[in-house]
Amino acid sequence: MSAGLAGPRGAVRPLMQLVTMSGAPILRQLHLEERLLRCTGDNWCIINDGTAPATIVMGVSGRVSELVEIQPVLRDQVPVIRRFSGGGTVIVDQGTVFVTFICSKNAIAGLQPFPRDIMSWTGQLYEKVFASFGEFHLLENDYAFSHRKFGGNAQSITRNRWVHHTSFLWDYDMKNMDYLKIPKRAPKYRLARNHTDFLCSMKEYMPSRSVFTEGITCALRDHFTVQPMELETAFSDDKEFVPSTKLLSPQDLEAIISSKETHTVHEVQA
Amino acid sequence: MAASRALWACRAASYLRISSFPRAFSTVLKDLKYADTHEWVKVEGDSATIGITDHAQDHLGDVVYVELPEVGASVSQGKNFGAVESVKATSDINAPISGEILQVNDELSEKPGFINGSPYDNGWIIKVKISDPNELNSLMDDDKYRKFCEEEGAKH
Repeated sequence: MSAGLAGPRGAVRPLMQLVTMSGAPILRQLHLEERLLRCTGDNWCIINDGTAPATIVMGVSGRVSELVEIQPVLRDQVPVIRRFSGGGTVIVDQGTVFVTFICSKNAIAGLQPFPRDIMSWTGQLYEKVFASFGEFHLLENDYAFSHRKFGGNAQSITRNRWVHHTSFLWDYDMKNMDYLKIPKRAPKYRLARNHTDFLCSMKEYMPSRSVFTEGITCALRDHFTVQPMELETAFSDDKEFVPSTKLLSPQDLEAIISSKETHTVHEVQA
Repeated sequence: MAASRALWACRAASYLRISSFPRAFSTVLKDLKYADTHEWVKVEGDSATIGITDHAQDHLGDVVYVELPEVGASVSQGKNFGAVESVKATSDINAPISGEILQVNDELSEKPGFINGSPYDNGWIIKVKISDPNELNSLMDDDKYRKFCEEEGAKH
């Protein structure tokens, strides 16, 4: 556990390195996260404000044929990624704000490194960020204002560390939702609503993206000494680590249309 | 009585939309060895069967997917060899001992719920040829593992 500064009662808060980006490709962000999770012992917060191009990102066990409208995706050349963490499928773009926490299992006193414990802790953290802007809830692992989802979560937990990452809908293009099927495995509170009725945009509730990101840093300071880190330092050139997050090739997608889907994919250079 | 109280608590938590937390006591079997990352080992001569414990499956939630290794691959004590997905999370499965994989429970591909419903039986994950029996000495017996889980829970 990296040492930080003493807090008001003398308890030392662990250090958390803060990396902020804007418009970084989501594949690059996910590769960075996997490496920081597996190859470092430090605590990290990564904030990426927007990404391009619009990209579909599935969880580790996602079946493309069940989650994605493959023909329009191929026609419009929408990238499809299978990420290293669990959870569902999202389509992300310039309107998405990504926030990721990567922590050692002892970084937060009393927090056991299991999914529901971590999810609950993040819900309490984000309550501080959002409480003055709307009726914030952690609803069946989603962040919602009232009953409308604006943040989707996923995690990956290793022997000694964990990552919790969120795609927040600052804004979104409704047309992009046509690339996604309504998943079979949906939260109960969704109640079979379509994307329009199920989701909401954060911009309807908060004055600016910077108010949001500054609120996160402020909330983190209750638990960590937050230290900004230069992007170039975080993106070290570690050729030995091979991330598992993969961009699916057009051949993979075409094979899925014509035959039974497997999880074997051809590696595509990003 | 305790079971019906626990069920009421889960239903109340669900209604109030708060997380329902795991059971107070998980099943721990005698004659197995246990790792501090919540995997169990059943030694059978020079081979062993490996899975994750009832404590682990209870804390993970409903398992929806299991990432399985290949037969013939090597596993090293303390290193991950597969993963389970539950409740939005992938969680590494770590090898409690080193060895060569002899068998993989392929049924878990279609029935990942075996890990929850039968963690010590149908939910077995791999069978290995043990490469270093001395590694078993670093694992916990059932009494030590039970205390370990209680201490972990008390810290929370």
